[in-house]
Amino acid sequence: MSKRKVKESGGANGECISQVQKVLRERFCHHYATGKLFGIEHQYRHLLDLLKRTTVHGESNSALIIGSRGSGKTALLNHVLKELKEMKQVRENLLEVRLNGLLQTNDKVALKEITRQLNLENVVGDKVFGSFAENLAFLLEALRKGNRTSSCPVLFILDEFDLFVHHKNQTLLYNLFDISQSAQTPVTVIGLTCRQDILELLEKRVKSRFSHRQIYLMNSFDFKQYIRIFKEQLALPAEFPDESFAQKWNNNVQHLSEDKTVQDVLQNLFHYTKDLRSLHLLLMLAVSNVTVHHPLITASDLHEASKQYRVDSRANIVHEFQKFVQRKAHCMYNFEKPVVMKAFEHLIQLELVRPIERPNIRAQREYLLMKLLLDNTQIMDALQAYPNCPVDVKQWAASSLSWL
Amino acid sequence: MNTRQQSKVIYSWYGKPMSSDRKLRTSKYRGILITSESSRTENCIQLGEFILVEGENADEPFVAQLLDLYEDGAQEKHAVVQWFSHITEVPPNKRKLLKREVSPQEVFFDQVPGFDTDIAVETIIKSTMVIPLHLNEEPPISLNKEKIFYVKQSWDGKCFKTLSPDIFSKLKEANKKGGGIPNSSNSFIPLDIISPLKKETESVVQSATKPKPVELQIESKHSASKSSLAKERHSQRVANGIKTPTARKKLQLNSPTRSPKDRFLGCEVLDLLDDDFGAIAPLKPSATKRKVKFTGILSSPPKKPHTNDKEKSIFDTEERWQRFTESLQLSPYKVKDSSEKAKNLHVKNDTVSLNGHWELRSRSHVETPRSRRSCAQQTSSRIAEQISILNALEFNKEEESSSSSHSSCSSSSEEEENDEICTPKKKTKLSRPVSTPKSSRKSSVHTPARTPKKTPLPGTPKTPRNATPEIPRRKHATQKPASVLEEARLRLHVSAVPESLPCREEEFQDIYNFVESKLIDGTGGCMYISGVPGTGKTATVREVIRCLQQAAENDELPAFHFLEVNGMKLTDPHQAYVQILELLTGQKVTATHAAVLLAKLFNTPGPKRKTTVLVVDELDLLWTRKQNVMYNLFDWPTQKHSKLIILAIANTMDLPERIMMNRVASRLGLTRMSFQPYTYKQLQQIISSRLNNVKAFEEDAIQLVSRKVAALSGDARRCLDICRRATEICEFDSQKGAPEIVRMAHVTEAIDEMFSSPYVNAIRNASLHEKNFLRAILAEFRRAGVEEATVQQVYHHQVALCRMEGIPGPTVSEVMAICSRLGAHRLLLVEASAKYLELRVRLNVSQDDVMYALKDE
Repeated sequence: MSKRKVKESGGANGECISQVQKVLRERFCHHYATGKLFGIEHQYRHLLDLLKRTTVHGESNSALIIGSRGSGKTALLNHVLKELKEMKQVRENLLEVRLNGLLQTNDKVALKEITRQLNLENVVGDKVFGSFAENLAFLLEALRKGNRTSSCPVLFILDEFDLFVHHKNQTLLYNLFDISQSAQTPVTVIGLTCRQDILELLEKRVKSRFSHRQIYLMNSFDFKQYIRIFKEQLALPAEFPDESFAQKWNNNVQHLSEDKTVQDVLQNLFHYTKDLRSLHLLLMLAVSNVTVHHPLITASDLHEASKQYRVDSRANIVHEFQKFVQRKAHCMYNFEKPVVMKAFEHLIQLELVRPIERPNIRAQREYLLMKLLLDNTQIMDALQAYPNCPVDVKQWAASSLSWL
Repeated sequence: MNTRQQSKVIYSWYGKPMSSDRKLRTSKYRGILITSESSRTENCIQLGEFILVEGENADEPFVAQLLDLYEDGAQEKHAVVQWFSHITEVPPNKRKLLKREVSPQEVFFDQVPGFDTDIAVETIIKSTMVIPLHLNEEPPISLNKEKIFYVKQSWDGKCFKTLSPDIFSKLKEANKKGGGIPNSSNSFIPLDIISPLKKETESVVQSATKPKPVELQIESKHSASKSSLAKERHSQRVANGIKTPTARKKLQLNSPTRSPKDRFLGCEVLDLLDDDFGAIAPLKPSATKRKVKFTGILSSPPKKPHTNDKEKSIFDTEERWQRFTESLQLSPYKVKDSSEKAKNLHVKNDTVSLNGHWELRSRSHVETPRSRRSCAQQTSSRIAEQISILNALEFNKEEESSSSSHSSCSSSSEEEENDEICTPKKKTKLSRPVSTPKSSRKSSVHTPARTPKKTPLPGTPKTPRNATPEIPRRKHATQKPASVLEEARLRLHVSAVPESLPCREEEFQDIYNFVESKLIDGTGGCMYISGVPGTGKTATVREVIRCLQQAAENDELPAFHFLEVNGMKLTDPHQAYVQILELLTGQKVTATHAAVLLAKLFNTPGPKRKTTVLVVDELDLLWTRKQNVMYNLFDWPTQKHSKLIILAIANTMDLPERIMMNRVASRLGLTRMSFQPYTYKQLQQIISSRLNNVKAFEEDAIQLVSRKVAALSGDARRCLDICRRATEICEFDSQKGAPEIVRMAHVTEAIDEMFSSPYVNAIRNASLHEKNFLRAILAEFRRAGVEEATVQQVYHHQVALCRMEGIPGPTVSEVMAICSRLGAHRLLLVEASAKYLELRVRLNVSQDDVMYALKDE
């Protein structure tokens, strides 16, 4: 039941469409503080209280936010910070240091970054940074100087926390946590990671100094909530300029959410993964189909998008290059050796087959042991999708693959 | 930069042994001959003379009287001394007992029992002089210079006493004797000429007072005279440069250099000579002396000020002083240099021309005393020696000053040691607790010479080294805890320092006794402390140190240095040397150099060394392949003179056996202590004592926490963290109107939050296909009997499972994605993904956990 309501108004409608695209794309692509949070109100409260206490009371803390990829760790933190910064008392009292395990690959780099972000180098003029040891001593000295009541609290955000764990001796983590457990400058260390076993990675001394506050983001919603999230994510905001269009759009979204095919699509996705980022991707694909002539999103759009989204890449490749398999099957009587070898090399390049051992010089290529990197079902799928497949290949597939 | 002479100084006995003890195989001597090799000069110090002895800091030599000299069986030359304490060596809190200002020249007759009076001869720098005075006696103003010390009181570590007549007369005697050394050429000079104004003091050898001012002029100008020589010696140790033969020449020409310092050195030479005379200038010249001093710095033509002085009255010193300081600051530096040169040349001429005419003082004051002296000591070897020292220093300075611009008054970018002799030294010293008062006093007394140099210092780029970085202050004050819960949370924070450390009384006592006994004995030792994290090792040690420091302040114990090194806070084990040295002396050097300096410091008999207590936290991180850091750390305390007490802290009880080589473990010794994990009763007590009447917890709740933590780890930090979290949960609940006290439920929730395994929860919240994948893995494991499977195998099972449930099965790509997602959570252990379907997976959670998590719904 598609709702194809082609509007024949020109410019105004086009304006609306581009507005819609803009609003929704921003929502789907920027995972930061603009979007809404779903199902993590409790964690939100916890983190907010924690950070508020740091800034207001100067209490040192440490916490880890653990959740799978796309579960909204960064979004949560950004929301909390956004809300905190609306308080004047907090805004002027908080120094923020953001580190990322992928960027700060060792403690030396991390220390420099911390010093830079804290603007400590300004204190000492145009100081050229000295050795690693000097830097560490310098930073520790700086942090030691402070005390709970008079120093400005520092918030350390360690993204990809699990990568910091692999630094030598975990020096940085030890020192950060040690500061957070001693009467020095108030600091709060927030680590973001997706590894559930993160605590086991910490060295015992570091672990002891960590406060063991773990905030888990689990995507713990059921399908009903998922549908609701879908609706809210697609709905246009109340402050949308063209009210009538927004009204129409929102109604459409409401209808969509009750549509059977849409629900099927969503159900499939939900079964596959619960993270919202994949939902965003799906919706993004669907929304990009919206044009002036096709102003409202439809169930078929969503269906197409999901098909596009869930395409099995290997099966596709198989489809494209099945003819090589076919040639190979024929080679016994039809093709000459160089042709077969060429086809064979092509398969290796596509990583459809792979030599078991590393190819070495001694072994002749004809006698290499190979491994097929495809599942039988994939081959069958590909053969079925390949319209003019030679009969003997089909027969070969039916006979030799079915018993496997 | 450091091109000071590296000359060897040879110490040899003066004369034949006076007596020898066959049993002890010692022989006593009358005097010691200090020969500087490079300058080929000799200096003789006899028994009873006062000497400067090398201290830990090169610029603060100790003062002592030489009592005995002997050579022991091992041919080591020893000296027995009577110490004099400088005011800076008296603990700050005791200085109040004096109830008077102490000038930097004043020393105290040292009767502190702790100091070793037996020193190695090699630490003697040179002779000096000390004059006994009566307490109510004004310190002779003419003595307002550092070369001559005077003593009024004795100091026995607890209180100051006036000198007993016995000691007084002895000291006086010693001073006389100093002048009568047969070797020094001025022995013929009449002694004991008492100046008209100062009754008790021994006066200058010269009958007249006139020559004195000039020499004093020179002497008084240099604040660091005492230090500079020591510094020079020190630098010999450290120096890497060689003395070039041109140095001497340069001295004689006295080419323009940074003049004030040259002057210092020059006067130093004179000083030394002067000391032999045991001279004290009378009051009258003292006033003039001051003026002359300024002029010297102002470097106006040398003669003029002196004549002025003569005419001027003595009593308007204050105003003049003022004026001179002002003019001093204004005067350009260049002028100084040139005039200095002139003056020096002058002096040289005079020395030649006035040979033997030292009584003729009618010419200028500048020349007379010098010529007198030079004549008198022409034969003596001393002058030569001192000049050579001067030489070396001067040459050095010359080099430095040529690199730095003359006009920018010495504070150019590379603040060489040169400067450190006078000004920046003070700066660095200020950061060190030990020497602070001295330096500050010095500078206040001695300002005029230094002020102009000091001013430009702040802007120099050197500051970063000593800059104290600081986190910006907060704009708004912290809120005071408003509720009981907030108060409790504050007290329960690990960082909150409790009034006492409950439950570690025994350990505390053991450590305290250990350190105390070593302190009292003045020996060194090691102690190894182990225990799992969070059992209060570091806290207890800190508490011990705090108590010891308190005791030292109350004079129950000898004073000591306290240093702390944490293996985790070092980037490299060898950085430990750097940190120790910096904490000890404030020097910043490279690791290898620091190791050399520290070894030197601890291995050689240092006179009057305070005991050092070194806490090495996280010892295991100081491990290196050769273990030389650990070896050194534990070797130093075994040295006879090191007076080093090491408290090593680490986690593992058998660390010495496990990672240390035998030679290291053996040096660590057997003084071990192990901190047991806290029992639940102890944890309970810790929480209660921290809460200290803040009624925020139910008794049962506290007990629950402590039992839970004691069962798991016995980590006090964990315990406090749980309590803190419980208050938060309670607070969160109480916003809905519940009473504000932490109950069992809150604690349980906090414990669950912290200790519950995240895996089960993660599995429960996984998506359907993810769960199916886990199920498929379990099925495959069961089928194959091996706890490892390839994705392909698992995939077959998963497709079958999906068919059973009637939902469309995932594609292979999707399965791969699911697999990598679970791998990222570390629910699965996954190989690198290049193998695609041949990828092997393994569960990172126990199968039972997975079953339990999957079955529940």
